[in-house]
Amino acid sequence: MEAEAAKLIGAGLAAIGMIGAGIGVGNVWASYITALARNPASKSEIGANIWIGFAVTEAIALFALIVALIALFA
Amino acid sequence: MLRAKPRNTTKDSEGPVAANKGAQAAESHGGGGLDPLHQFEIHSLLDIQIGGLDISFTNSSLWMVIAAVVSFSLIRFGAGAGSLVPSRWQLIAESLYSTIADMVRDNVGSDGKKYFPFIFTLFMFLLFGNVLGMVPGSFTFTSHIAVTFALAASIFVVITAIGLVKHGAKFFSLFFPHGAPIATAPILIPIELISYLSRPVSLSVRLFANMMVGHTLLKVIASFAIMLGVVGGIAPLVLLVGITALEFLVAILQAYVFTILTCIYLHDALHLH
Repeated sequence: MEAEAAKLIGAGLAAIGMIGAGIGVGNVWASYITALARNPASKSEIGANIWIGFAVTEAIALFALIVALIALFA
Repeated sequence: MLRAKPRNTTKDSEGPVAANKGAQAAESHGGGGLDPLHQFEIHSLLDIQIGGLDISFTNSSLWMVIAAVVSFSLIRFGAGAGSLVPSRWQLIAESLYSTIADMVRDNVGSDGKKYFPFIFTLFMFLLFGNVLGMVPGSFTFTSHIAVTFALAASIFVVITAIGLVKHGAKFFSLFFPHGAPIATAPILIPIELISYLSRPVSLSVRLFANMMVGHTLLKVIASFAIMLGVVGGIAPLVLLVGITALEFLVAILQAYVFTILTCIYLHDALHLH
């Protein structure tokens, strides 16, 4: 197999890892909405934490993307 | 080509060959003509060599200086007047200050006040670094793993040192959670140790990956808009507007997350639980 083809296949496989992060990010807001529905008064307390949860989960997606980019370009 | 490319000033004898190889290397990847990684190249603006060590003033250094000057001016000249009814710049400067003060107080605890100047400087540096990178034609210095890893590694080393100085040998009780049965120790301690050692890696790669991927995505979609022409390029252009808004959010958010995770790690080292 040529190096070029292997690079493209490797990049594609590495990007599959982002599925988990996609589910995770959806979970962050799903649980926020559920918690808000149960207790609307807690909006300001939980509100700051969703962004931290989003950023940390998104980081996992980007780790997978970095592996894909390294396979493609380096 | 995630490493910085060799500088343009190659020796004369290898000049054309090296330049050719560079051009070929840039186009040898898949994607036919797209070169979204060119924007991350470091060019030296002022060559400074001391004893074989290359400490040139590069475009990355320039934007670090600009970020430092802008953040300093915001606080000094925005909040300098100190009037009771704040002007707009004073409002911005004071709300940045109070956000970070609350963050330090909540996450590090009351004995964290002495770390506030460092945390505030870190936050302002990263915030302005990320946001100034959204200016067209600028250079995002946080999109290089060298920069973010240097920051994260030094933060990790210093926080571990702070924990060791404060607690001595008891610092290692951080790796054995309180109340777990002693039989689980052989499994738990290596896991906790690895998770602790992976902190600088995850901290630095999170910021670097977000910035690099964000700017690469913007460049790729912008290339589509140009390639498809005036009529066909409207769809990528609309997408580009949305993604630019997202990138502004990510820029501010990643600076905030880096800082708050630093505060949390500092809390762990100071309070050991």
